[in-house]
Amino acid sequence: MRKLKESVIEKGLQASALVTILVTVGIILVLSIEAINFFSEVPITEFLTDTQWTPLYSDKHFGILPLLSGTLLTSFIAILFAVPVGLSISIYISEYAPRSFRKTIKPLLELLAAVPTVVYGFFALTVVTPFLQTFIPSLSGFNSLSAGLVMGIMIIPFISSLSEDALHAVPNSLREAAYGMGSTKLQNSFRVLVPAASSGIVVSIILAISRAIGETMIVAIAAGQQPRLTFDPTVPVETITAYIVQVSLGDVQHGSLEYRTIFAAGITLFIFTFLLNTISYRIRKKFREKYE
Amino acid sequence: MNNIKKNRIFDQLFKFWGIACTFLGLVLLIIFIGSIFIDGIQRIDWDFITNLPSRKAERAGIYTALMGSVWILLLTTIIALPIGIAAAIYLEEYAKESKLASLLEVNISNLAGVPSIIYGLLGLEVFVRILQMGASVLAGSFTLALLILPIVIVSTREALKAVPKSIRDASFAMGASKWQTISKQLLPASFGGILTGIILALSRAVGETAPLIVIGALAYVPFAPASPMDEFSVLPIQIFNWISRPQHGFEVNAAAAIIILLLITFIMNSIAVYFRNRWQKRLK
Repeated sequence: MRKLKESVIEKGLQASALVTILVTVGIILVLSIEAINFFSEVPITEFLTDTQWTPLYSDKHFGILPLLSGTLLTSFIAILFAVPVGLSISIYISEYAPRSFRKTIKPLLELLAAVPTVVYGFFALTVVTPFLQTFIPSLSGFNSLSAGLVMGIMIIPFISSLSEDALHAVPNSLREAAYGMGSTKLQNSFRVLVPAASSGIVVSIILAISRAIGETMIVAIAAGQQPRLTFDPTVPVETITAYIVQVSLGDVQHGSLEYRTIFAAGITLFIFTFLLNTISYRIRKKFREKYE
Repeated sequence: MNNIKKNRIFDQLFKFWGIACTFLGLVLLIIFIGSIFIDGIQRIDWDFITNLPSRKAERAGIYTALMGSVWILLLTTIIALPIGIAAAIYLEEYAKESKLASLLEVNISNLAGVPSIIYGLLGLEVFVRILQMGASVLAGSFTLALLILPIVIVSTREALKAVPKSIRDASFAMGASKWQTISKQLLPASFGGILTGIILALSRAVGETAPLIVIGALAYVPFAPASPMDEFSVLPIQIFNWISRPQHGFEVNAAAAIIILLLITFIMNSIAVYFRNRWQKRLK
């Protein structure tokens, strides 16, 4: 009796765990089926090479490139801002700051990632853009520069926290050897510890990129809704995620070509983040084996 | 000698740079919250919280959106909690080292990195269309439950992992079965850690906007939802809607609603940190 009960419970727990597999299968199926429907009407070559994205206008073009450039541009600005700042924070906290400081500052920094992104969008639109316009008068009201910078603020804790963990995990013997050779903390950090913790740091940066690419509300609010193939950070652009929001807010018929565009855009986004997540997972696995 | 001096100066300079970077984000956050406070605080009164939405900025309130958020939060918890905790127990206590376990692990780590808007597309097709829930509170809760599932699983596993091995051994030595050990010893001992993870996951759910927009949650709902099948709005969508309007009055409303949303998020985070600290002390 007791054995039976135990095995029923185990099966129940296993079923719950298998739900997560179902979710992944569900995502892939939903995206692929609607995307296949989409590509039966729009040739994939047009999707990949056309330089215009105008599915909601009468003159329809279905080139993903403008949405992709918007996504990459905003993410690039965010990363360009967040990586040096986040990495400096992690080195400072791990090597310079007193131990007690680490305990207080880490939860505070993680608060930055807890703020809802719609709130960051409001910040970008009403505070950062007007502030930047005092330096760059030609900056348009919607632009990828302020959206990217604010996204950078949001992802700082992703980089600083994970990189700090990686630096913290470097064996003390390496530190002591470098100090024994007469190096300063700065030399020690950049010549010994950062290279030693490089896999963890790379993982943190990849995860941050993946997060930036998938971020929606900040770019939907502050970067605009005009798909254009440009790398000019001062003009309005549209990201893949912002396009999906734009269509969802409108009244699009289920089963129409417009409806399917959001799944075609979605699968593009999913492939990008999936690749980044898989790479980071592989590196993490290797890294764990190396130190244990 | 000259070189050593130079190195020391660089070392000091980097220290100050590090301090500056560390406080940059926090200072920006303070500036931001300050500016929103100045914009929005005078708009917050009892009427703002209890009024229904309106076309006139000065009469509009957040009642329906706030109630929508409460509904979503409750149903998401009911759906995600049992599945998440059960999955975590299975992975941590039963499936160790098996092929299935490593597949589940890669899978969960991947799900945690899927952008939230993709969960919206999944919810739109599966819950709204195929299961015919429509753009209801229930469809929204299922969507968000799937979104926070990886977070609940990962944090529950961490909490179970932190329980000392001696407790397990003692329980088995007394002749307890595996499930008795889990339900009578491990779950109570890891309760604080599990609770922390769940509150953090829910604070993420309460701020989510994009997936709910995708499944068709509305910005304008005349009444608060009365059942899980009703249409709904949530606080972040209400804020997004007010931000997109040109009139200044709505910008003030957005700032006021943001104060309420931030208050909810920060309170949830503080509760989580409080429980974590208390639990970690007890575990020692």
